[in-house]
Amino acid sequence: MKLKEHRLKLQAAPLLKQSMTTGQTMRDVLLALLPATLAGLWYFGLGALLVLIASIAGAMLTEWLFSPAESRMQRLSDNTALLTGLLLGLTLPPALPLWMAFIGGAASIGLGKLIWGGMGQNLFNPALVGRAFLLATFPIAMTTWSPQSGPTEFFQIYASNLAAPFMQSVYDGISAATPLGLMKFEQQSTGLWALVSGNTSGCIGETSGLLLLLGGLYLLLRRDLDWRIPAGILGTVALFSTTLYIVDSTHYPGPLFSVFSGGLLLGAIFMATDPVTSPLTPRGTWIFAVGIGVLVVLIRAYGGFPEGVMYAILLMNAATPLIDRYTQPRVFGKGIKNP
Amino acid sequence: MGMMQLFGFGKATFSHGIHPPEYKAVTEQKSIRRLAFAPEMILPLSQHFGAPSIPVVHVGQEVVRGELVARADGFMSVPLHAPATGKIKSIGLMPTARGPKAPAIVLKLYSGVSQEVLYSSDQNIADMSQQAIIQAVKDTGMVGLGGASFPTHVKMTVPDGQKIEVVMANGCECEPYLTTDHRVMMEYSMDLFTGIRVAMQATGAGRAIIGIEDNKPDVIEALRKACPADGSVTVGVMKTKYPQGAEKMMIKALLGREVPSGGYPSAVGVSMYNVATLSQLGALLPQGHGLIERVITVSGPGIEKPGNYLVALGTPLRHVLEQLGFQGDARELIMGGPMMGVSVASLDVPVTKGVSGILVLTEESMSKQIPKKVWPCIRCAHCVQACPIHLNPSELGMLAAKRQYETMEKRYHLNDCFECGCCTYVCPSGIPLVQYFRIAKAINRENRERAAV
Repeated sequence: MKLKEHRLKLQAAPLLKQSMTTGQTMRDVLLALLPATLAGLWYFGLGALLVLIASIAGAMLTEWLFSPAESRMQRLSDNTALLTGLLLGLTLPPALPLWMAFIGGAASIGLGKLIWGGMGQNLFNPALVGRAFLLATFPIAMTTWSPQSGPTEFFQIYASNLAAPFMQSVYDGISAATPLGLMKFEQQSTGLWALVSGNTSGCIGETSGLLLLLGGLYLLLRRDLDWRIPAGILGTVALFSTTLYIVDSTHYPGPLFSVFSGGLLLGAIFMATDPVTSPLTPRGTWIFAVGIGVLVVLIRAYGGFPEGVMYAILLMNAATPLIDRYTQPRVFGKGIKNP
Repeated sequence: MGMMQLFGFGKATFSHGIHPPEYKAVTEQKSIRRLAFAPEMILPLSQHFGAPSIPVVHVGQEVVRGELVARADGFMSVPLHAPATGKIKSIGLMPTARGPKAPAIVLKLYSGVSQEVLYSSDQNIADMSQQAIIQAVKDTGMVGLGGASFPTHVKMTVPDGQKIEVVMANGCECEPYLTTDHRVMMEYSMDLFTGIRVAMQATGAGRAIIGIEDNKPDVIEALRKACPADGSVTVGVMKTKYPQGAEKMMIKALLGREVPSGGYPSAVGVSMYNVATLSQLGALLPQGHGLIERVITVSGPGIEKPGNYLVALGTPLRHVLEQLGFQGDARELIMGGPMMGVSVASLDVPVTKGVSGILVLTEESMSKQIPKKVWPCIRCAHCVQACPIHLNPSELGMLAAKRQYETMEKRYHLNDCFECGCCTYVCPSGIPLVQYFRIAKAINRENRERAAV
C-alpha cells in the first residue's frame, strides 16, 4: 500500500485513560442512596416522596435558573443538582411543608454551590448548607417528627406537607421523638434492631443504618469513596461515646446506639465524603474524619440539639483548606536520609 | 526493599502509580525480525540530548554502512553513522517528531549492495581503562534507547565526589504496548551481559541488577539462569505497575533509596541504563561499530502486522507503515509508548535513536480514550494517590487554570514532575493535567530565559 497524503491527528500524551468519569461517580452515588431512599418512602409514605421531589425541584430549578443559557442542560445532566437535592431531602423531616423543602433545595444550590463559583468551588457541603438554612429559618417545622406510617397508610399525606407558603403550618397532634431526642431529653434508649432496620422516627433517609451501610459498601467497591472518612468518623464516635458511656451510662448512650442513631451514617458515608469539601491527602482526611467524630459526640452530649452531625461536618468543611495546607504530601526525594 | 515487601506482597515496588491495560500480548512473543531498508534514509543531526552532531560528509559523497557521517560537538554530544550504503542526497531541514524542522542528512541507498558493515576495529574491553571505555562508548554514538536519548558516555562519567556502587539495567518496560525490551532480553541476553560488564567497568560499580517487572516471567527465568555464578549480576523482580521503569521509581523499588529532588541516580550510588542500550553496547563495542539500527515495537489497532522489528535508524515512518500495513482509519501515530510518547504530524519523520516503538491508533480506539467532556476538578484526590512523586496534581491543575505558574513551581514543586501522565490517566473529570504542567514548565522556562537576557 502506498501512502501519500494521510491526514494525521495530533494529541498530547497520555493517550490512555481510565474509564471512570465524574458523571459516572454521581450516578453511582445516586444508586447507592436508592435503598435507603426507598426504605424512607416505605416508612414515611407518599408525604416523604413529595418532600424529596420538592427539594430536588428546588435544587435543579435553581441550577437551571442561574447557569449560563448555553450550559444549562449540560450542568443539569451532571446530576450534581439532583444529588444535592436528594441528599437534602433525605435529611428533612417527612412532614415538612413542601414549600420549605423547595426553598431548602434552592438554598442548597444557590448558597451552597453557585455563589462560590459552581461545581468544585464550594467550601461547605451544599446539601448541609440547605439544611442549616432551613433549621435556622424554620426551627419548629424542622424539628417536628412524625411517627412512621404503616404500609396501609402509604398514600396518606401529612397535613403539614401541604401548608400554604409563608403561613404557619398546622401540626396535627401526632408527633414522635427521634431516638436521639428520647436519649437526650428522657434518657430513653432505642433498641438496636429498630435503629439498624430504620423502624424509628427521624429524617426521611437517615433511619435505616443497614441500607446506608449497604450503599457505602457499593461505593467502596466502585472506588468512589474514600473509606478513611466513614471509618475515621464512626471509629471516633464509637471510641469517644464508649468513654462517656463508661463515665455515666444513664446520660450517655453506648457506642452502637451512637453510631446507628440520627444522621451519623448518612452524614459519614454520603456527606462528609463529598470530595469537594474534604481534604485531599490521606493524612488530612484522617484529621478531618476524627474532627467530625469528636464534634458529633460533643454536640450530642453537651449541645442544645440532640443531633450534631450537620454542624460537625460543616465546621470541619470550614477547616479543610487549613488542613490541606498543613498536610501536603512529602514530595519524593525531598527531606530524606537514604539508607 | 520496598514497603510492600514488609507487608508480605513479595514484589518490590514504589508507592502510588497506576495499572493501565498492557496491550503487550499482541507482540511480546513475536521474535525480532529485520525490516527491509527504505530507499531513502533521513538522519537528523540531533537525535540525542545535547549539542547536534556536525556533518563530516558532503552532498554527493558515497558512504558505506557504518561509516561516520557526523562527529560529536563537544562532550554533551555523540557522533552519527551511516545506516546503509549509498550516496548523500542532501543536508538540510527535515521534519522531526517534535514538530519544527531540524537539520538532517538525507541518504539515498544503492540498491543491490550487500549492506554489510565494513567499518570495524576490534577492541579488547577487559584491558581498557575507564577513560578509554567511555571514549569508545562515545564513538559508537550510543544514547539511552529507552526514550530519553541521553548520551550514554555522559552517564558513565561519574561526577566528582560520587561513587557508583550499582549498575542497574532497566528492563521494566512499563509503557503499555511496548515489547522491545522484552524481546531484546530474551534474544540478545549475551550482548546484554557484555553491556552490563562494560557499564560496571566504566563506572567502577561492584555489582549490577537487572530490573524486570513480573509480567515477563519467561525473561526472569531465562536471565536468572544466565547470571554469572559469582553473584555480581542479579535479577530484581518488580511489581507490574506504571511508571515502574522511571529511574527514580525503580531505584526506590529495588534499593529503597530516594534520588534527591533535582538530583541524578549517581547521588545514591546508582548508574542506570535501559537494557536495549546495554545490549546494543555489548554488540557494538567489541567490534568498534557505530549505532546504526535498533529494535522497535510496531503495534496498535491501526497496524496489520504488529511485531518487534530491527529497523535501520533514519527509516521514515511512511516506509515502516507501508511495509507493515496501515489500516484505513488510522489517525494517530505515536513514537514511544501511549503514556509518554510523542504524537507525530508527518509520515516523513524518521525512526531515530530514542524511538522505542511506533503506535498506530485508529479513530475508533482513540474516541474511547479521549474524554469528550471536561468537568471541573472535584478534588477527588485520585491524582494525588496516583502521582509517583507525591505531588498534588489537583492543586497544580487549579493553579494552572489560574495561570499561577510561578506558584506552581515555588510552592507545589512543579519541576519535580517528570510528566509520566498518571494524573491525566486517572482524572475522572477528564482534565488534561500533565499537559497543563508541560505548558506551565515551558512558560516558566521562557520567562527565566527572558529575564536572563
